[in-house]
Amino acid sequence: MAIFVNKDTKVIVQGITGSTAAFHTSQMLDYGTKIVAGVTPGKGGTEIEGVPVYNTVAEAVRKTNATASVIYVPAPFAADAILEAVDAELDLVICITEHIPVLDMVKVKRYLQGKKTRLIGPNCPGVITADECKIGIMPGYIHTKGHVGVVSRSGTLTYEAVHQLTNAGIGQSTAVGIGGDPVNGTDFIDVLKAFNEDPDTHAVIMIGEIGGTAEEEAARWVKANMKKPVVGFIGGRTAPPGKRMGHAGAIISGGKGTADEKIRVMNECGIRVAATPSVIGETLISVLKENDLYEVSKVR
Amino acid sequence: MNIHEYQGKEILKQYGVSVPNGRVAYTVEEAVDAAKELGTDVVVVKAQIHAGGRGKAGGVKVAKDLKEVRTYAEELLGKTLVTHQTGPSGKEVKRLLIEEGCDIRKEYYIGFVLDRDSDCIVLMASEEGGTDIEEVAEKNPEKIFKEYIDPVVGLVPYQARKIAFQINIPDQVINKAVTFMLGLYRVFIEKDCSIVEINPLVVTGDNQVLALDAKFNFDDNALYRQKEVVAYRDLDEEDAKEIEASKYQLSYISLEGNIGCMVNGAGLAMATMDIIKHYNGDPANFLDVGGGATEEKVKEAFKIILSDSQVKGIFVNIFGGIMKCDIIAAGVVAAAKELGLDVPLVVRLEGTNVELGKQILRESGLNITAAESMADGAQKIVSLVG
Repeated sequence: MAIFVNKDTKVIVQGITGSTAAFHTSQMLDYGTKIVAGVTPGKGGTEIEGVPVYNTVAEAVRKTNATASVIYVPAPFAADAILEAVDAELDLVICITEHIPVLDMVKVKRYLQGKKTRLIGPNCPGVITADECKIGIMPGYIHTKGHVGVVSRSGTLTYEAVHQLTNAGIGQSTAVGIGGDPVNGTDFIDVLKAFNEDPDTHAVIMIGEIGGTAEEEAARWVKANMKKPVVGFIGGRTAPPGKRMGHAGAIISGGKGTADEKIRVMNECGIRVAATPSVIGETLISVLKENDLYEVSKVR
Repeated sequence: MNIHEYQGKEILKQYGVSVPNGRVAYTVEEAVDAAKELGTDVVVVKAQIHAGGRGKAGGVKVAKDLKEVRTYAEELLGKTLVTHQTGPSGKEVKRLLIEEGCDIRKEYYIGFVLDRDSDCIVLMASEEGGTDIEEVAEKNPEKIFKEYIDPVVGLVPYQARKIAFQINIPDQVINKAVTFMLGLYRVFIEKDCSIVEINPLVVTGDNQVLALDAKFNFDDNALYRQKEVVAYRDLDEEDAKEIEASKYQLSYISLEGNIGCMVNGAGLAMATMDIIKHYNGDPANFLDVGGGATEEKVKEAFKIILSDSQVKGIFVNIFGGIMKCDIIAAGVVAAAKELGLDVPLVVRLEGTNVELGKQILRESGLNITAAESMADGAQKIVSLVG
């Protein structure tokens, strides 16, 4: 089961002829992901890593019946690439590209209203269902198939959490990076809902960071709806206010979006928050044990 | 990216948003000449730095004649202003805005900002102008009015009218206020702003609607298509190391501590600062080398850390995804060999091409302390720095 992607998901790579995209196409293929087509306008008819390249997403979909795409297109053209994918009626579009102007994303978000497509990202590591399908840039070897869902605003912190779980013998169902931008396609609650309904997921790790109020809203949603234990971590506890900490969305402004406030609300809503990024895995394991989920979550 | 008030007002004028007449001055003589040219009875001398709270810090002076203009210009130029936004070290005043005084009937607040909950631009307004809007939001939230803007149609006149009536703009100038807001919205969209604040917007005794102050913040990701905005950049207002880092698209922020950090990914970089603090160390910087860094870029990043005389030790924490560990290792080794390394260096590598990376470090002959995890690395660097 898992969520969003599985071994049958057919994937298009947008911007496949770029060097980053080509490298990760080969990594994804090695992992077993069904990459069925690439798209680069003007490069139709060529091949990259044995994958046929088309000029448009619509054509690639028609020829291959792909249902998902991953975008590595440079920032100035990325919003256009997302719109093209949405217009081709893909179920899932994952945008890896960082540095997309926020006003472009405001328009994209408006265009998505009423459409069937789920957008994940931008500025995210992608989505991986362990041992089945890896879409994005995450290192595959750290993942192990299992029953813990991971959702995160930060790519590298996702790897950190997954790595700790794998080292401790706890596998993952799906890991989803929702991205560090202020306007993104899929938020914590969307992913938590999917994990809540997924019989393969026993517990969830939610990794947030300073800026905005998405973590607080997600925590309240968890308190009201979530049937499974959730463990959290918030990055940026020591970040100075008014400074953008790398991610466009990671900024404390007007006294809002602080780590302490997020942690307070999460605790209030029954989410145990790891004190340091090094103990995310340990914190999850202790919660699994308290809920009699440890034995069923261990990798056999 | 931020700009000065006088630059913001230049942009506003291009969009038909009314501002008082004014001139920028870099010297006392230029300030006096500017006041002469304006020829008004009262002239305001305003310090130009990239920080709010200038008025309270004594950076805004009202001069009644040219002699006073000279006195205030002499006083302000070269002075270090400390406001609640500058940090304790303050900012040196190098430019002044010499502006005509005006007869203020009432002050208001108008701002446009990206609203992350609704994923659209929101127009915010209040009749409590001239004061800190965050204070109003806290004490009198009912005095702040908002209109959410659909990006397809943009700000429409009825929304601006609604806001104008809500904040009690006098009836005679409602239309001027509407024109003002529509123009301001166009600036926001066409210049890729992330914040535009007019505080205060004033209605004058002779029924003008003017922007008395202008605070702009631009979306750094959109600067590639905003050449005119980039031309306004004032490097004197920025940290030298942050400027150097931005040349290589490195995300770097100076902090007060003594442990230099080099990390990939913003989340991990923040978490690395947090964990250093957790073990009672103090980070000297935030540095995200990003995903697509080359060996050259990593080398420059390492140089910037080493150029900080406060740095007594360095912690490199890498979890490679899109970033490859061998590239990080090669960059670190190249920089350390070129510049010499006389402070302790702790390196934690994990992720894509990790074995290759570790091999490069082992074979470099450099005195590098390897760490098994980020907690291990943080504890090691904290104890090495002492």
